[in-house]
Amino acid sequence: MSTTTPAGQPTNRLGLTKAEYDGSKTTLCPGCGHNAITGGIIQAAWEAGLEPHRVAKLSGIGCSSKTPAYFLGHSHGFNAVHGRMPSIATGVHAANRDLLLIGVSGDGDTASIGLGQFCHLVRRNVPVVYIVENNGVYGLTKGQFSATADVGSTQKGGKANLLMPIDLCAIAIELGCGFVARSFSGDQKQLRPLLKAAFAHPGTAVIDVISPCVTFADHEGSTKSYAAVKEHDAPLHDIEYVPYFEDITVDYEPGTTREVTMPDGSHVYLKKLAEDYDPTNPTHAIQVIRDARDEMKLLTGLLYVNTGTHRFDQEMQMIDEPLATLPLERVRPPQSVLDSIMASYREGSAPVGAGGG
Amino acid sequence: MRTVVNDFSIHVATVNGSGSQTANNVLLRSIFQMGVPVSGKNLFPSNIAGLPTWFTIRASRDGWIARRGGHEILVVMNPETAAADVAEMGPGTVIVTNDSIKLPPVADDRIVYAVPMAKLMESITTDVKLRRLVVNMIYVGVLAELLGIDVIEVDKALHAQLGRKPKAMALNQAAVQAGMKYVREHLPKRDPYKVERMNATAGKILIEGNTAAALGAMFAGVTVVTWYPITPSSSLVEALIGFLEKYRRDPATGKASYAVIQAEDEIAAIGMVLGAGWAGARSMTSTSGPGISLMAEFAGYGYYTEIPGVIFDIQRVGPSTGLPTRTAQGDLSFVYGLSHGDTQFPVLLPGSVGECYEFAQAAFDLAERLQMPVFVLSDLDLGMNNWMSDPFTYPEKAWDRGKVLDDEALAKVAKFERYRDVDGDGIPYRTLPGAKDWKGTYFTRGSGHDEAARYTEDPNAYVRNMDRLKRKLETARTMVPVPEVFPTNGAEIGLIAYGSSHWAVVEARAELAAAGVRTSYMRVRGLPLPASVAEFVKQYDRVYVIEQNRDAQLAERIRLECPDRAVRIRSVLHYDGLPLDARSVVRGVLAHESVAQGVVK
Repeated sequence: MSTTTPAGQPTNRLGLTKAEYDGSKTTLCPGCGHNAITGGIIQAAWEAGLEPHRVAKLSGIGCSSKTPAYFLGHSHGFNAVHGRMPSIATGVHAANRDLLLIGVSGDGDTASIGLGQFCHLVRRNVPVVYIVENNGVYGLTKGQFSATADVGSTQKGGKANLLMPIDLCAIAIELGCGFVARSFSGDQKQLRPLLKAAFAHPGTAVIDVISPCVTFADHEGSTKSYAAVKEHDAPLHDIEYVPYFEDITVDYEPGTTREVTMPDGSHVYLKKLAEDYDPTNPTHAIQVIRDARDEMKLLTGLLYVNTGTHRFDQEMQMIDEPLATLPLERVRPPQSVLDSIMASYREGSAPVGAGGG
Repeated sequence: MRTVVNDFSIHVATVNGSGSQTANNVLLRSIFQMGVPVSGKNLFPSNIAGLPTWFTIRASRDGWIARRGGHEILVVMNPETAAADVAEMGPGTVIVTNDSIKLPPVADDRIVYAVPMAKLMESITTDVKLRRLVVNMIYVGVLAELLGIDVIEVDKALHAQLGRKPKAMALNQAAVQAGMKYVREHLPKRDPYKVERMNATAGKILIEGNTAAALGAMFAGVTVVTWYPITPSSSLVEALIGFLEKYRRDPATGKASYAVIQAEDEIAAIGMVLGAGWAGARSMTSTSGPGISLMAEFAGYGYYTEIPGVIFDIQRVGPSTGLPTRTAQGDLSFVYGLSHGDTQFPVLLPGSVGECYEFAQAAFDLAERLQMPVFVLSDLDLGMNNWMSDPFTYPEKAWDRGKVLDDEALAKVAKFERYRDVDGDGIPYRTLPGAKDWKGTYFTRGSGHDEAARYTEDPNAYVRNMDRLKRKLETARTMVPVPEVFPTNGAEIGLIAYGSSHWAVVEARAELAAAGVRTSYMRVRGLPLPASVAEFVKQYDRVYVIEQNRDAQLAERIRLECPDRAVRIRSVLHYDGLPLDARSVVRGVLAHESVAQGVVK
């Protein structure tokens, strides 16, 4: 961040100002946690020096899913149908692996209508930075509980939720996700390095961000109000992210910090707080998530990381260039191929149809 | 006894999972190799193994390849259905049976050939499992000897299928020989049916429609294929996977120029198609009715946001799970207007395996030209049965990737607006993610949007957009395959049909002509219906629309296109799950005609 524009605006490694990562003006409620996350995405994308044309922003339906319009205005965006962003992401990735996919979803979009697609995206390990803006309610339809609402959390009218919440981080870890984090929209210091690390992760990166709904879930009795979240927020560690293109200047005392190296050479430093937390043990991570739920604590930080998980594109054995722009001669076999196939159906040596029922 | 040459239907009643498929294919191909036009139809249950299944081979010197309806020769291999199968056989027909199966009393005017198949197998192999599989070859040998099918052709057909497995080859050959020998020694011929060499199949292929569609997709340059297994569509993608594995990998690196993704359901399958189409890939999925139902929401999204994609619907019998392994044309109305709001899609209606191949290619060009999902409506009969065809021809033209502005093109325009109708054909220009020029950036949304792809709820902007989409459909009307017309001088009545119904209709027309009923015929090949359909209807006093559904779905569409002549349109409907046969068509038309002419039959 050493350069500036002639007007004195600081620029990133691409020579772009932060304003060039802005989107259109938000239409969400003033004070909505989602707006803070949008700001975090803009800042993180600028600091990471993402090329806007190489980013595709994807979302489903709901308040959270509106937000891709509010960041990275020079990136293509795709606001899909409710709960189905993961399948869109899978198709986009198959067509063009050069794109960095940023998916934004909500707790209704992911944990209810889209739970199946979410699970299968994670199973396939499609490289998407999958941000859940989690407030425990359906905002656009005026405050019904979502599937991530905690037991005992109340609606504005006082009605309490009795159903078990779905923990998306626990599910993601269970399904083999190699990057699982939880954060809080009010903790930009934690959110930004998490986002930047997620940009560098070669598989699905899930960041579940608790993002209070100021209109329908900010009252006493809601476990996801600003007050409740601030009170129960229990960070696992302080996080510092150093991208591969910057020199490492931080110097930690031995034994105080865990270091994660991303495949592109970037580094994540996890600075120990009260207790040491090992983010490379999935069984432990799930135990810690369960304990935190029982203790009514909001555990935030990098819950689990394994950058060496199987890769979707490698499994598919796809050629290196984007499939979308291959020229005709590379995707239409020559006449001789058709001729030999026709001969096999003339002679009867072609495989016989499958039949079945 | 009058000899009947090359004009009969063989009905093999067996149990699914019993290995009869190889035997049936060898029989089919042997007759085909004798130069005699054939068709093979598999009537199978929704089951892995142990339920009744039937395979019908029709030989027709006149070249009729639709289902015949009624059989001349029955092969009884399934004790459970034996009584019912035999009861269907009329006087003068032939019944070949495994003598271990107890048949009900059979009238003297049916010709029964009982063959001790189990005993014949004893000398061929001691392996009980193999005996059960190879016993089917005995009836191949029996029929070859009875009908006069040259054993050279049987060997050749066997070799084509089993040539790479010499042990299996020898075993099967021995079973064929045993069947032939038994006939020569014990069963003097008492029936009139014979196969004689003709020259009507030279150069032709035998292929299933799903395989043909898969080939079309590969030569269209498909790059992203998604699917969820469902009968009768699975074999399309399975065939495609086989072709892609073989022909679309880089010889040097072994890497694939395609991605095939088995989705978690059909919603995800179409979602992936749209994601890939949005990013610029040629993408497709294949499904059947229940999958189409699940795809409705995303289909509307693709329509409204204008994303290309190709969706094959290999129709089966509905509603609901229906008869999953039987054929129908019941999805036409649903697919045409799939999704809520005012949506409509181009629908291609292949009527032959050749068109399954051609329309698969046309569908990708249309989808990318029109920027919308395009459906190809095939059916189980076309998709999963063996059809004789001329070999397919290599695409003459390059592909049409539609109005895509890349960086070079973007540099030449002052402004880009995603949904502006620049050319007046309703089709806007699009850019692909990854384009460097920021001018090309836009936001795709299923909510209301204006010309610049901005969110809006403005009533005027909404109407402008919907009217442009209508204009685009009018453009589509001029681009879908035009109907094929078979006029007859002096014909008073017209017939209209589409898809797999075609083959029964051409045969029925010959029968009607022989009965003195002259018909003209139009085969519709795509929706929206071109103007020529209404023109055709105008020319005839009575127009029969022949289709394989209960609700006269195509007839309804045609009535909407020419309301002033709606009363001329009648329907001949066939919806019992079996492929349409000519006799049903003739009966349907004549029933109306006798009423129309005041004749009491």
